[in-house]
Amino acid sequence: MTATTSYEPVIGLEVHVQLSTRTKIFCGCPNGFGAPPNTNVCPVCLGLPGALPVLNRQVVELAIRAGLALNCRIRPVSRLARKNYFYPDLPRGYQISQYDEPLAEHGWVDIRVNGKARRIGVTRVHLEDDAGKSLHEGFHDSDRYTYVDLNRSGAPLIEIVSEPDLRSSEEAYAYLTELKQILQYVEVSTCDMEKGHLRCDANVSVRLRGEEKLGTKAEVKNLNSFRFLKMALDYEIARQTDLIEKGGKVTQETRLYDPDSGETVGMRSKEHAHDYRYFPDPDLAPLVVSEEWRERVRAGMPELPAVKRARFTGEFGLREYDAEVLTQSRALSEYFEETARVCGDPRSAANWVMGDLAGALKAAGKEIEESPVTAVHLGELLTLVVKGEISGKLAKEVFARMFESGEAPAAIVEREGLKQISDRSALEKVVDEVLAANPRQVEQYRGGKSTVLGFFVGQVMKATRGQANPAAVNEILKSRLG
Amino acid sequence: MHPASLTVQRVREGLAARRFSAVELAAEALRFAEAENPKTNAYLHFCPERALEAARQVDQRLARGEDPGALGGVPFALKDVILTKGVRTTAGSRLLAHFIPPYDATAVTLLEQAGAVILGKTNCDEFAMGSSNENSAFGPVRNPVALDRVAGGSSGGSAAAVAQGTAVAALGTDTGGSVRQPASFCGVVGVTPTYGRASRYGLIAFASSLDHVGLLARNVKDAAVTLQVLAGRDEMDSTTAFAPVPDYAGRLDGDVRGVRVGLPKEYFSGLPGETGDLMQRGIRALGRLGCQVSEISLPVTDYAVACYYIICTAEASSNLARYDGVHYTTRSKDPENLIDLYRSTRGEGFGAECKRRIMLGTYVLSAGYYDAYYLKAQKVRALIARDISRAFEEVDVIIAPVSPFPAFRLGEKIDDPLEMYLSDIYTITASLAGIPCMSVPCGRTPAGLPVGMQILARHFDEAGMLKLAHAFERAGGADA
Repeated sequence: MTATTSYEPVIGLEVHVQLSTRTKIFCGCPNGFGAPPNTNVCPVCLGLPGALPVLNRQVVELAIRAGLALNCRIRPVSRLARKNYFYPDLPRGYQISQYDEPLAEHGWVDIRVNGKARRIGVTRVHLEDDAGKSLHEGFHDSDRYTYVDLNRSGAPLIEIVSEPDLRSSEEAYAYLTELKQILQYVEVSTCDMEKGHLRCDANVSVRLRGEEKLGTKAEVKNLNSFRFLKMALDYEIARQTDLIEKGGKVTQETRLYDPDSGETVGMRSKEHAHDYRYFPDPDLAPLVVSEEWRERVRAGMPELPAVKRARFTGEFGLREYDAEVLTQSRALSEYFEETARVCGDPRSAANWVMGDLAGALKAAGKEIEESPVTAVHLGELLTLVVKGEISGKLAKEVFARMFESGEAPAAIVEREGLKQISDRSALEKVVDEVLAANPRQVEQYRGGKSTVLGFFVGQVMKATRGQANPAAVNEILKSRLG
Repeated sequence: MHPASLTVQRVREGLAARRFSAVELAAEALRFAEAENPKTNAYLHFCPERALEAARQVDQRLARGEDPGALGGVPFALKDVILTKGVRTTAGSRLLAHFIPPYDATAVTLLEQAGAVILGKTNCDEFAMGSSNENSAFGPVRNPVALDRVAGGSSGGSAAAVAQGTAVAALGTDTGGSVRQPASFCGVVGVTPTYGRASRYGLIAFASSLDHVGLLARNVKDAAVTLQVLAGRDEMDSTTAFAPVPDYAGRLDGDVRGVRVGLPKEYFSGLPGETGDLMQRGIRALGRLGCQVSEISLPVTDYAVACYYIICTAEASSNLARYDGVHYTTRSKDPENLIDLYRSTRGEGFGAECKRRIMLGTYVLSAGYYDAYYLKAQKVRALIARDISRAFEEVDVIIAPVSPFPAFRLGEKIDDPLEMYLSDIYTITASLAGIPCMSVPCGRTPAGLPVGMQILARHFDEAGMLKLAHAFERAGGADA
């Protein structure tokens, strides 16, 4: 494609995130996943006549937290509004959302793509409830009927709308990655895309480089994995560029990404020619967030990934790359910090967590949260190495046993008698025995073949079942042979 | 014991003296109501099992020596927009002809906890939209005072049941006058508390920011006792207030000397003859009770009807979207596709008035019209509220007519919806301001038709309003 140099894409993302609350946004039904159809329901989320919404405080708190984590201004007064449209899985005939007075506005997310830092604006974060699910397949009469499952109806969502600041599919990918990481860190959502806890739509247009005016945009839906997001954007950018190059015009429309064909397909315009007739929901009073409440939420927020990364490179002296890897999830970063705290050697902790531990977990198919070796135990193991009580080589063996049994390292070392022998007289005795048993090699060494030293070290290790302090052995050997 | 002669107080006394049991009373009340109902069509259906079960519980309480509850054994009727678990609730609409709710409205739970015996569900204008009860899918209600006339609306069935004596008291709902106007037409007491004073949970919504649960009773004291049961915060309705609930009945001491009564000049200048004459007599009676009567002004009155019909239709268009044939409403037969299912279900299901209001409401919320209509109406509403609060700096209560005319003949105005809308002029100001208001009987026209006097009070001053109404009633009303 020749056009990439003269045209630039302009992308904005609308991301829906399901909040990790115990109950739904306007009723006491569990906010769960996987229950039999239409069992997590009550008059409120079924939209029965007479039922009224009551806003869940925890939902507001998590949404404030998300807003703060995305550097937004929290509105002291915001409003829930009705978005009116007909659909079978929307039992009230309107969604309760926010319109011209959203909870949070004017934020940003910093991303880095190919070493280049960029700040992406967050237009708004607003509250809304989820609809149910229409099931078009899987029933004996699915050719004639659609079934509706309202378990998800009333699940709490926030919608995060970005500014049209993204200039490539890579940037969109990086933005969504960073957004997901932030939201997971502050425990706003699990962001599990497979369960639909993170859903993404994109507004895409292209324009000639240097042009101020935005081109006509298409809204691309159904971007329900990071991979699809990137592929759909690449396809759509190329499609629009090609269209314009050929003298055509982009129509403003909603397009659906089809992962099978890898293409975006326009939806019939009728289906999105909506006038939602937004108006403030008279069943819900204006949402007031006092300064005191906002600050209490802020004070209770965990450290954000960017801040943590900076601290890991600064305070701990980790390499940029290691800090990046260790902050990929909050659980991993916390594991690392605990290990480092216990052993007092952050670099060694980083090496072990990213090396042996990560390898063992991967082989066992476990997540960091399920690690049989606790952070404290790993820290204790590394402490033994730092103090010279066991060798680094032995530590790997001890670690393997810890991973199997979940035992503390001291217990294993004690039981198996694995403590390193640094006692000089004990080691001298062993060295002397080894030298006496191998006169020929002693001759060779003295004759100038210095590599034989390794042979002696090996023999001493063998005799001490690996417990000899290698540095001390080297020193004694050299003095005896010198 | 004859059901038509009872009051809350008499039921209480009768039960205490063992003159009758609650079950005997319930059975007799049901028999009487079912026998009388063909005359007025006040009830849509009865719930004898539920009534008798409630009565049995009252008798058990009495047998254990416990208090039977403030409304123990009292035969009640409920407007059919108030949800009753297991008992059909239709809102006067074909769309809900078979709807059996899985839960009780908060008001129903409270009534039954207080010992009330719910006999059945009363007729109303479809989704509470109307001023004559002629918009019911199940036929109009006839006024028990004059059977060729309307009972008023939209709580016409509840007003008629109380007037006819088939219920001691009844619940209605009031959005723009739907309790006060039928109370006035049928000659009973009708009370609408402050917005937020009583829970709306389980009331089928017409216009959420204007809907109130209200009540109809034979006298002010019964109304006070019933309101006591309904008033208070409900966790299920976040628009209910935390404000404390005073002892309403305890304040009914008849002493209203020095109460400052305001008469809005805008209401009385064009008031037609018969109703105007009765109102003047009522006002003179208040003067004789020691009230200080003065003229006040509510300058925004001219815009109230327009403001009300924009806001209520806008909210209705959204509230009525759920009756779409997908979930629990009746569904049109053999729709071709989803859009056809919606169109034919709603086209066949809704009556003309509902359709008219859904269309008006959809229009005023549409892109490009929202600012000119809905937003403007909200601003007018704020001005009306300001008018009202200014008036309450000068006076303690406001007296107003309920309707420009007494009960009219069935069919007389059905073809002129605009005139019907304009007749709400006196009741909608209180609705828009969210203040408590009521209708208390104020004599009869020479033809014998009842006319009510409307009392409006400050937010949460139901006690002051009821006290004045009670003193007026005790003194003999307009005939004092």
